[in-house]
Amino acid sequence: MGAFIVRRLLGMIAVMFVVSFLVFVIFIKIPGGDPASRMAGKNPLPQNITNIRKQWGFDKPFYVQYVRMMQKTANGLVPGKHGQYDVLRSFDTRQDVAHEIKRGIPATMSLCIGAAIIWLFFGTLVGVISAVFAGRFSDRAITTAALIGVSMPVFWLGLVLRFFLAEKPNDPLFPDGGYVGLTDNPVEWAHHLILPWFCLSILFIGFYGRVLRSNMLDVMNEDYVRTAKAKGLGPKRVLLKHVLRNSMIPIVTLFALDFAAVLGGGAILTETVFDLKGVGWYAAQSVGGLDLPPIMGVTLYGAFFIVFFSAIVDIFYVWLDPRIRPS
Amino acid sequence: MSEPATELTLDTPSLLASEEHEVAIVGRSPWYLAWRRLRRNWVALFSLGVFIAIVIACASAPLYARHVAHTGPNTIHATDQIRVNGKVRKVIQGGAVYNPATDTFEIKSVDILGPTWWHADGRFVLGSDNLGRDEAVRLLYGGMNSLKIGIGSAFICTLLAVVLSLVGGYFGGWPDWFVSRFFDIIWAFPVLLLAIALGTALSVNGFHHLGVSIEPGSLWIPTSVIAFILIPYVGRPIRGQILSLRQKEFIDAAIGQGASPLRVMFSDLLPNVASTILVFFTLIIATNILTEAGLSFLGAGVRLPNPSWGNLIASGQDQLQTAPWLSLIPGIAIVLTVLSLNIFGDGLRDALDPRSKVRIER
Repeated sequence: MGAFIVRRLLGMIAVMFVVSFLVFVIFIKIPGGDPASRMAGKNPLPQNITNIRKQWGFDKPFYVQYVRMMQKTANGLVPGKHGQYDVLRSFDTRQDVAHEIKRGIPATMSLCIGAAIIWLFFGTLVGVISAVFAGRFSDRAITTAALIGVSMPVFWLGLVLRFFLAEKPNDPLFPDGGYVGLTDNPVEWAHHLILPWFCLSILFIGFYGRVLRSNMLDVMNEDYVRTAKAKGLGPKRVLLKHVLRNSMIPIVTLFALDFAAVLGGGAILTETVFDLKGVGWYAAQSVGGLDLPPIMGVTLYGAFFIVFFSAIVDIFYVWLDPRIRPS
Repeated sequence: MSEPATELTLDTPSLLASEEHEVAIVGRSPWYLAWRRLRRNWVALFSLGVFIAIVIACASAPLYARHVAHTGPNTIHATDQIRVNGKVRKVIQGGAVYNPATDTFEIKSVDILGPTWWHADGRFVLGSDNLGRDEAVRLLYGGMNSLKIGIGSAFICTLLAVVLSLVGGYFGGWPDWFVSRFFDIIWAFPVLLLAIALGTALSVNGFHHLGVSIEPGSLWIPTSVIAFILIPYVGRPIRGQILSLRQKEFIDAAIGQGASPLRVMFSDLLPNVASTILVFFTLIIATNILTEAGLSFLGAGVRLPNPSWGNLIASGQDQLQTAPWLSLIPGIAIVLTVLSLNIFGDGLRDALDPRSKVRIER
């Protein structure tokens, strides 16, 4: 077990290394041209470009450039190192990318944790109901609704919700976008987040419901379920303790990875539509101006979240289920 | 008592059966059996019909533009007069209007022409956008772009995923190590963020490496980006299937008979995963259309003024209160397309392998 954890963590570091190198390639190499003059912003002094070229090592081989870029990205998290050339800065606003990402975390966290609770609960409910009533009318209705849910673009659903519930000229039910801090005003915080929570959850509810339904239908045919029924357990107990528990295993994996993805900026569309100034919103603002540093910063941040969570899930599994413990 | 059969041949079972039931048993190919199952699933066939109708409608966008709407996707009619139900009105009314009587400009609220349906002889059927362009024409042209990207990237993505998993699954060892690590690395990124990063980086100067040259603004940018980021979603399950097929006796037999690796890959392994590939191809088109819409909505996919369903929704959201049709209609088009593909894909999966678990994980 200990050896497995060590190996999994080493693998995690290796993946993070490759991921960050890929981000470096996308950021510095793919656009072509002179990265220093792009970085110096609009109408730069020639001296600025020379300084940046020297500080970032653009006159040196690519591995030096890679190390410099990672150093400067990390510098944003270290207090005291905020000189003009010390940190990764946005091309347009000249602001420190790491600092801006940190500022977006509360809004993203509020959105994701709330939405995750909603989608896990309702996704399970949808899956259980449609599996129990498989083939009947309620199953048909629910699976059709779930299919429509996974076929909708999230941002369009957000616009529809805004149009019908938040943009009525007099007396709208919900505020039209924006974010209020939890510590500032908890009631307004929840009021602003209800629509985004709902919007982000819909896709996942449909998706989890479909996965859980087919898992449960598979598990219901297992021998141990027949045994449980044969020894006289009540249908509720069989369903909850035997069928649901075993069908939830793939859902838990999916949930951990999806949760990591939305936490890492994957809720970018929802955040943009509802003007929630979170991590994904920050990346989305930079697309129009081809302002690469914020996008690269958020991508790196999101990838780290996913890699970390998937390592945790793997370790958790091995601890939970001795059969998959590696030799 | 009839004489027992002395010699057993391949025909014996069907002879015996025809003796017993007085009808011959006809051998059916798995594809025919699948088609027979699919034929009964009228919901899936109807969805296929809807999808084909959408494709035909979008493909005939230039015809519609020239002969019905008499305008192009980027032609601006903001100041034109138009006759709706016999009444003449401007395409965009209001704004700053010059009043010659007082010699001043008066500011009125902007009123964009809404859907005229067929009351204006086919012009502005779905209304106008904020620049006075015909929304129906832009919707069809946008659909053409969205479908081109969705189907094209699904094709590239499936092709690459299948080739990679065939090579990895057949050879095992380090080729397989590389293929599965490649999948892992892409899997480690948040899908949409990687797509935005690539799409934005490619839009700076285009792509001019490795002998390939793509200009910024080309449709190839979103197409290749989407194909690239979704490779592991198709490749992982197919690689798993190939790995388990590789252990089967018929592959050993083929190798034992001296079949070359290419022959084993393409005439023994590939036909056995063909049904999975077909289902994935259908479902991944739907996923790609949604991804393209998201990318274009954020501005990292199809770039304005070139329309796509995603950026039509994005450019309409500023007029959500005054002209809601601009955002709502392209969204309905996306939902219809994706829903029809999803329903057909599900039906195809049930028909090809009633017990399979092919599923796109997102």
